[in-house]
Amino acid sequence: MSDLYVARARNAAARMIGGEMMIMSGRDSSLFSLNATASILWEAADGVTPLAQIVEGRIVGAFDIDRESALKDAEEVVRGLADHGILRLSETPIDP
Amino acid sequence: MKSLMHEMGNRALELGIPLGVQLDLTYRCNERCVHCYLDHEDHGEMTTAEIVGLLRQLADAGVFFLTLSGGEIFMRPDFFEILEEARRLTFSVKLKTNAVMVRPARARRIAQLGVESVQISVYSHKEETHDAITKLPGSLRRTLEGARMLRDEGVKVSFANVLMKHNSGDYPEVKALAESLGIEYKCDATITPMMDGDRAVLALNVDGDTLARIYRDDAMVGNAGEYCAPPSGPMDEQDALHSLPCSAGHSAAYISPYGEVYPCVQFPMPCGNVREQRFVDIWRHSPQLADVRSIRVADVQGCSSCVHGGSCSRCPGLAYTEGNMRGPSTQDCERSYARTGVPSKNLLERRAPPVTGGRQVFWMVATQQPVK
Repeated sequence: MSDLYVARARNAAARMIGGEMMIMSGRDSSLFSLNATASILWEAADGVTPLAQIVEGRIVGAFDIDRESALKDAEEVVRGLADHGILRLSETPIDP
Repeated sequence: MKSLMHEMGNRALELGIPLGVQLDLTYRCNERCVHCYLDHEDHGEMTTAEIVGLLRQLADAGVFFLTLSGGEIFMRPDFFEILEEARRLTFSVKLKTNAVMVRPARARRIAQLGVESVQISVYSHKEETHDAITKLPGSLRRTLEGARMLRDEGVKVSFANVLMKHNSGDYPEVKALAESLGIEYKCDATITPMMDGDRAVLALNVDGDTLARIYRDDAMVGNAGEYCAPPSGPMDEQDALHSLPCSAGHSAAYISPYGEVYPCVQFPMPCGNVREQRFVDIWRHSPQLADVRSIRVADVQGCSSCVHGGSCSRCPGLAYTEGNMRGPSTQDCERSYARTGVPSKNLLERRAPPVTGGRQVFWMVATQQPVK
């Protein structure tokens, strides 16, 4: 199991607009539209649930994908979102 | 290429989502600005619980951009309780304040809560001018201190410089001051009638010649040649049939401290009260909002065939305060005239007798509207 933990950035803004999750980065006011998988990761990013557990519980079954591939993809997504200042990543639980 | 922001705005329009809401938390204020359109007495503001409940309704309705304003937001002792809830609900929050009551701990808390930006009213770089407008001695000094504190905490700050007769010559220095502080600068020459319809305050508007001079300042408008180019003619007929005058009531709304819902802060047409109905029910079913939404540019009397039709920024709220939301906004006609030197159809139809000649003729029309 991955030890990666994810939490939403404290300064991000988010809203589901017409079925699409829109996120604004507090770092530079950039706006992002998340796809279905990224939206699930955003909503589950509570800082205390390991990414692997989020993937196992909310992605694998819903998207008919094997656990290993799903986790690899999810790690790529959350690192990308962290680069944009939307998520925080840590190898230990994060205070939300 | 259209930006994601533009796409989101279009989607909100198509789906009838109130993407942006301004919520005034109070009309009370520590300043008494000469041009202010508000009654500063408290006539029964919403309680903390009412506002928190309202914020949850707004989030459920799809509001993304939330502006918290006033009055002065820090006059409410529960301000941070409200702001914390707004951020917990992941709104993109913008604050409007005079920053007089911003101290280091407050600036730090605003930064920690991830506020998108703070807009601060600054009228002049000179204490005597700024403080004469706010009628609060020492206000410029305190405002600038507050601005620096916010900036030092990493908060995005902008100066809103409302221009009127008292301060119209100071804008280059206010802009320079903002730049020296690393703060964004915005300037607006629109004085709004009082919420109760009293238009006397419009006499504070800068005169047409001054406005024309500002519009020809590259530092203010970017490319003055382009900005002040002759009007491009009426809007194409087909476009006019479909074009909306602005986002007020379509994807934007305003809520007063008493729970009254309006299409926009500058559009004082009551559409309902969140103390009596859920916000979303007002938003979806108010006959007044339906009326606002039915207006297309082609319906606007005098504007659809005006030479400024393609470039005018007519405000339906200002038109409403003149008595007809389907009519022209004379203040915007004045702006178009100051910008291009070409009178709008509305100004020509008024056939105002010359008063002092030149641009002043039309400006006088705008400031001599009878109180309705």
